[in-house]
Amino acid sequence: MIPLRDLQLLFRNAVLGPGDGSLRAHVRSSGSIADRIAVYRNTVQGSLVEALAAAFPATQRIVGDAFFASLARRFIANAPPRRPQLSTYGSDFPAFIAISDVHQQLPYLADVARLEWVRGEAYFAADAPPFDAAFLVAASDDIETLRLDPHPAVRLIRSQFPIYRIWEVNQPDIIDIPRVDMKVGEDVLVSRPRDHVITRLITSADAVFVEAVYAGKRLGEAAEAALTYNAAHDLQNALAQHFVKGTFRDMRRAT
Amino acid sequence: MIRPAAGIGLRHPHLALFAAEASDAPLRAPWLEIHSENFLCDGGPRLAMLDAIAARYLISCHGVGLSLGSAEGLDPEHLRRLKTLFDRTQPKLISEHLAWSVTDGTYLNDLLPLPYNDETLNTVARNVETAQSTFGQKILIENPSAYISFPASTMSEPEFLAHLVARTGCGLLLDVNNVYVSAHNNGIDAQDYLNTIPGDAVGEIHLAGHSVAAHGNDPFLIDTHSAKVCDDVWGLYAQTIARIGPRPTLIEWDLEIPELHILLGEAAKAQNLLDLNP
Repeated sequence: MIPLRDLQLLFRNAVLGPGDGSLRAHVRSSGSIADRIAVYRNTVQGSLVEALAAAFPATQRIVGDAFFASLARRFIANAPPRRPQLSTYGSDFPAFIAISDVHQQLPYLADVARLEWVRGEAYFAADAPPFDAAFLVAASDDIETLRLDPHPAVRLIRSQFPIYRIWEVNQPDIIDIPRVDMKVGEDVLVSRPRDHVITRLITSADAVFVEAVYAGKRLGEAAEAALTYNAAHDLQNALAQHFVKGTFRDMRRAT
Repeated sequence: MIRPAAGIGLRHPHLALFAAEASDAPLRAPWLEIHSENFLCDGGPRLAMLDAIAARYLISCHGVGLSLGSAEGLDPEHLRRLKTLFDRTQPKLISEHLAWSVTDGTYLNDLLPLPYNDETLNTVARNVETAQSTFGQKILIENPSAYISFPASTMSEPEFLAHLVARTGCGLLLDVNNVYVSAHNNGIDAQDYLNTIPGDAVGEIHLAGHSVAAHGNDPFLIDTHSAKVCDDVWGLYAQTIARIGPRPTLIEWDLEIPELHILLGEAAKAQNLLDLNP
């Protein structure tokens, strides 16, 4: 009699792969065994394709349903879920796209997928009150020495492609499709200060600023890095946006 | 405890509706059941909506990913996340399936069947004991729907469940539709099955719809949870509660989810049958 562990490994191979040859000897059916095992295979593979399609809707729109399904099935065969929690499945899908053959024709696709993935992460991330800008007024004498912590839901994606615009024109409710200059890279900041995920295009200088703050630099040092990148950077306005849109959580003073 | 009334499965399309109810609005259902794995996130609006709903409704947490039939045992990280959810939501019932979905660290997103023999009984009993001691609460085990059976089985499913109850003190979640589907697919008698289930152990009943596989000359049933409960299943349900008494009963509808009033209409039908068996 086949040990349970061996039976489960045979079952896994039969539902993740195309064939059920070695499982057949260990199961019984009043009808066609192949048809019956196919129900399990279709459920496992089909539900995982659906989970990926739900997490990567713009990616799916760009390549079309049929191609997306075949890409997803290859990914599932390569990297099936490790956790029984579908909201965590797909973190490696963008990297898989980057090494797949579609990357040659659509070199921006992996970055669009990365953007979609971090939007999902932001949705499910831990809650935290966004940094309250009112505190800044009280601390205005030494604002340059402040350090700010990233909000748990914030993600920065820097791309050499215009991924914000590509993502935007692949939303279901898009009406006017603008021309997209494929040579211009874009930086996108995703946040969720409260209930809603915010996806916004920021300037490269602002991205330099955010990276510096997240690396633990004082606000003064981060501002200097941004202005070194672009002397015309509008620091005041960018900072105000960060406070309204929840880029930072609580604050500690530099010692 | 949940009184023997008819509740519904709470799914995404209806989450915001329930979460937005005024605190003094009449309850739309006596109790609600969630899929535990959909709420294992760290934060965000989905969890916030559940908090609002759990403040008003009795909640049952129904798991689909613990894999009680895994030969390799349970994932301690998954158990810990479930415990965190239960501490937060304070479910009145916790349930899982007599099935498996994890092998060699890979999660197959389905409820896969088990051979019923001593090795499987030892495995499932050990896993149920681990889960119950982690949660500090008895769990209910649901009978699965199956499309195949195993030559390695040495006992029937009701026999296996009776042994499991005796060994672990767990309860049973009797899914009448699953009995109907498995009985049809594997050539057993659904009434015999239901008559041999230990009634005292049944803490909850599930009702759902299924589909008929349309290809070939082997018209088997697929447990899709995508339709109304069929007449035969209503008949088996009525017989069951007449035999074992009324139990908390849940209408499950997971695919092609209808408008809420249709779901509540199915629950009202179950409630009418429960009211005939006080």
